[in-house]
Amino acid sequence: MTIDESIATDGEKAVQGQNVYVYEAPVRIWHWVNAFSILTLALTGYLIGSPPPSVPGEASANFLMGYFRFMHFAAGQVLAVFLILRLYWAFVGNVHARQIFYVPFWSVRFWKEWLHEVRWYTFLARQPRKYVGHNPLAQLTMLPMFILPLFFLVITGFALYSEGAGRDSWEYQLFGWVFSIWPNSQDIHTFHHLGMWVILVFIMVHIYVAVREDIVSRQSIISSMISGERLFKDRAD
Amino acid sequence: MAAAETFYDFIRRQGITRRSFTKFCSLTAASLGFGPGAARAMAMALETKERVAVIWMHGLECTCCSESFIRSAHPLVKDVVLSMISLDYDDTIMAAAGDQAEAILEETKEKYKGKYILAVEGNPPLNEDGMFCIDGGRPFVEKLKWMAKDAFAIIAWGACASWGCVQAAKPNPTQATPIDKVILDKPIIKVPGCPPIAEVMTGVVTFITTFGKLPELDRQGRPKMFYSQRIHDKCYRRPHYDAGQFVEEWDDEGARKGYCLYKMGCKGPTTYNACSTIRWNGGVSFPIQSGHGCIGCSEDGFWDNGFYDRLTNLHQFGIEANADKVGLTAAGIVGGAIAAHAAVTAVKRVTSKREKADA
Ligand code: HEM
Ligand code: HEM
Ligand code: SF4
Repeated sequence: MTIDESIATDGEKAVQGQNVYVYEAPVRIWHWVNAFSILTLALTGYLIGSPPPSVPGEASANFLMGYFRFMHFAAGQVLAVFLILRLYWAFVGNVHARQIFYVPFWSVRFWKEWLHEVRWYTFLARQPRKYVGHNPLAQLTMLPMFILPLFFLVITGFALYSEGAGRDSWEYQLFGWVFSIWPNSQDIHTFHHLGMWVILVFIMVHIYVAVREDIVSRQSIISSMISGERLFKDRAD
Repeated sequence: MAAAETFYDFIRRQGITRRSFTKFCSLTAASLGFGPGAARAMAMALETKERVAVIWMHGLECTCCSESFIRSAHPLVKDVVLSMISLDYDDTIMAAAGDQAEAILEETKEKYKGKYILAVEGNPPLNEDGMFCIDGGRPFVEKLKWMAKDAFAIIAWGACASWGCVQAAKPNPTQATPIDKVILDKPIIKVPGCPPIAEVMTGVVTFITTFGKLPELDRQGRPKMFYSQRIHDKCYRRPHYDAGQFVEEWDDEGARKGYCLYKMGCKGPTTYNACSTIRWNGGVSFPIQSGHGCIGCSEDGFWDNGFYDRLTNLHQFGIEANADKVGLTAAGIVGGAIAAHAAVTAVKRVTSKREKADA
């Protein structure tokens, strides 16, 4: 990719950059549906684990836990369906659609660039490099801190769901094997709950980094996840 | 032991009337979840088939399974099934003792080779060559393997035989080991609980002795008819759970109103057993009905999981901590790191801009 050398008119040394189409529509739609589902799941999941104080009145006149659980399960199903679609897109989409599902640990260049990213985030490098897709540090973090925990949550989530749906449900047919690993579903609840915290910590860092990069690194970040295009704002590097 | 005696012959000899016998068949068929036709089939089987011998052995245990068993609600089950078993061998309640008792084992092994049921209460400790449980002058684990060899199937009574129970609690010094980790080549049916419900126990024995095969088992080796639903699925306090009405403290208003015990650590949502349907002591009550949460006594590891923690405490984190504490701590640390990082970023930006301006 070449960066256009037209000189900007404002006082800063900004250079008119070139737009690159990075995140295709399915990736962007997935990102925001996924983000919304996860926030719903984390909120309702937390409330399932630590319900609010008792509601007054007849039991038959209230259904608070029922609604929390319903929202959790509905958001869980949406999340699962979109995750499958996203996985499909990793195969048919562009190279950037694959990035979060693997780490090219065999590539020396990857690790060199990764080191540079680490130096950038520890304030040792003065200039960030620019990447059309995810930077190597992001790619390395996405897999263990997000994709794998997310799969774990979906699998354990459906296994827990099968407990209510019954032994003859398709959920149990598909995910009952989880109970061979942890015969006592209390452990599955515990790990499902812990998984939520892993994802929440990821999201905290993720949003911070997205906002920070957007401001500091002179390339479009947040708007890239909306429009799909990466805009390089200057030509240094 | 009379050869080729049927169950029916046997109970008639015990003075039980035919009328009572058919009643027993229909009651048991119903408790096993069969349709009306099954009572006939059961009666047929019990009248014509040779009585199945049962040997009942005890390893490391507290005998609560036997205590539960002899309190089975249906009087016939108690009298008939129990006497049928004790006649062969049950070292706690049979009349024979010493060499005489051991002789029964030899005899059964020979006479009913490959046909008798081995019911095991408790489990063998494997450490120090099994020396922590000696039975009849030799380690229980040897006796267990010896009797298991010619058995048709094994019933693992209770949490001990099924999962390990308190004698297997961390760090498990005697290395108490559940039956299915010791006997690998026989069908094993787990009937967990500490103890299991009496009617569940007699139901299982009756099924096997009647039909000569094991009932359908689930992934964990438990009979599906009694263990495929959680306490929570059939709990009579469930409407309060769905409504969001909880006991918050042992003696609060909610406790008096009989609200759901979820917040008191009730393990009903993760416990597979029949307590909320069959209940205990002839259907009188069960723990939740008497105001205390379920402790999950039929689940693997319940003895180490804390009776009042709905989620398992994570000892890996030094002090006992639950998932939320661990998560919040991690989030707090990361949040602090983010704030610090943002601050440094801001300072760097200002200073590097100044440098650029100076240059
Ligand atoms: C529940 C919350 C969120 C989750 C789980 C999440 C997860 C993800 C994932 C998995 C990706 C990789 C996308 C891919 O390659 O397919 C991504 C990218 C991205 N996310 Fe999020 N996200 C969340 C919220 C947000 C929010 C609130 C923002 C905006 C501030 C944001 C901004 C971005 C941006 C800008 C990218 C692209 C990064 C790049 O250009 O390399 N995300 N997010
Ligand atoms: C980002 C994804 C998810 C998060 C953060 C999340 C979070 C949680 C949390 C915190 C709990 C409470 C656990 C407890 O204390 O017992 C929970 C329970 C549960 N979750 Fe999820 N979950 C996620 C995905 C899913 C999915 C995809 C499903 C599948 C439909 C699912 C199904 C369940 C079920 C069945 C329960 C048990 C509810 C109950 O006890 O009645 N979860 N979840
Ligand atoms: S008391 Fe226990 S088993 Fe009953 S509804 Fe509440 S949590 Fe479920």
